[in-house]
Amino acid sequence: MACTVRIASPLRSYTGGAATVPAEGATVAEVLADLERRYAGMRFRMIDEQDRIRPHIRLFAGSREVRVLGEAIGRENVLHVICALSGG
Amino acid sequence: MRRQMESLRMADTVWIGTRKGAFALRPDARRRTYRLIGPQFLGHIIHHIVADPRDPKSLLMAAKTGHLGPTVFRSTDRGRIWVEATQPPAFRKAADGETPKAVTRVFWLTPGHPSEPGCWYAGTSPAGLFRSDDGGARWEPVAGFNDHPMHPKWAPSLATPDGELLHSILVDPRDRLHQYLAISIGGVFESTDGGRDWAPLNEGVAADFMPDPNVPFGHDPHCVVMHPLHPDRLYQQNHCGIYRIDRPSRRWVRIGEAMPKSIGDVGFPVVLDAADPDVAWVLPMDGTKVWPRTSIRGRPAVYATRNSGRSWRRLDRGLPPANAWFTVLRQAMCADRRSSPSLYFGTTAGEVWVGTNGGANWRRVAQHLPEIYSVTVAA
Repeated sequence: MACTVRIASPLRSYTGGAATVPAEGATVAEVLADLERRYAGMRFRMIDEQDRIRPHIRLFAGSREVRVLGEAIGRENVLHVICALSGG
Repeated sequence: MRRQMESLRMADTVWIGTRKGAFALRPDARRRTYRLIGPQFLGHIIHHIVADPRDPKSLLMAAKTGHLGPTVFRSTDRGRIWVEATQPPAFRKAADGETPKAVTRVFWLTPGHPSEPGCWYAGTSPAGLFRSDDGGARWEPVAGFNDHPMHPKWAPSLATPDGELLHSILVDPRDRLHQYLAISIGGVFESTDGGRDWAPLNEGVAADFMPDPNVPFGHDPHCVVMHPLHPDRLYQQNHCGIYRIDRPSRRWVRIGEAMPKSIGDVGFPVVLDAADPDVAWVLPMDGTKVWPRTSIRGRPAVYATRNSGRSWRRLDRGLPPANAWFTVLRQAMCADRRSSPSLYFGTTAGEVWVGTNGGANWRRVAQHLPEIYSVTVAA
């Protein structure tokens, strides 16, 4: 399933500066795996070695926040990668 | 991720890792002026930048950002182009019932033994030991330490608010299988079989903060160094004093007892003279009451011993005489390998100071940088 991934600015060094990239996958895990194939090293910056979303990363499938990587991308076919940082 | 930077010649380059990026200082031929280069990786948290003494063109950098997970960048052209590790340090997947562990930061980098080109070690938080055999591209957990049956007791996760730190990975230049590492908080540990098994090495070290100060581990080594020409001699700047050990003894001697009582022997870094195992430098900080960890009474000074810790001499000529309340972290002080070495330290206030002639004369060579985490000089 084709979808669109909106990339937060801290990760655009992997996408050559692109804010939006295409990816394939029916679940968030599949989309992240496809992103890793296209942009090596990107997944580990978002997801730790225990497959947990890192503390300052938020993923939204459409408007629904994703908590588990096995969740479906959904009908909107958009995955938003949000970087949520506090402090100076 | 591949990034290209301004060309840097590594010889004499002073690499500076900060909370907001990497910088370098290049001296002129007479080392009178230093040119600041950078920032590189602006906004990244750079814990350590280390040159490879076996391959002068190679460097590794431990990095992360506030948002993103930890990684390692490597350069094989003296810091001009940096390439991200294809497999950064990461713990193995937790088995059912195990507490899952994830690397939150790569804190320390150490080149491997001269007989093993391409071998590097990394220390992380939570306390993990990792090894690369391809110049830092792919990292594997050192199971002998990370999965040691005693690991949960040696390094109980989140023993300190920021998590414990594995640092001061030392490889005996005479024997690649003989290694040390330190955990803050956890103590010093030794392996004689290339990292398959480890044992605590903390006898004689105070642990005043523990309910029982006479414990085999649980100490807080801030920095441990091995003399390159006399690897049986190690120095340690600990939360609870300055120590020396001469192996095969298993007992550390508190050489900080010879420091002036008004100064004490608390600090982060300890630095050695590569040519003389009796020479060491420390930079004391305020460890009284609530532990400000600033310069003592706002008057920073380096202290040097030339007799392996029997006596210490204050070196503060050129340093601020008052109202300088900075801290120098454990990776933020080093010495070059010249016959009359220059010392370098970086402060949490973003200043870099050079102490020529073994720290006899100090001058500031950079200021207004972000909080400095590490200062290293290329061999």
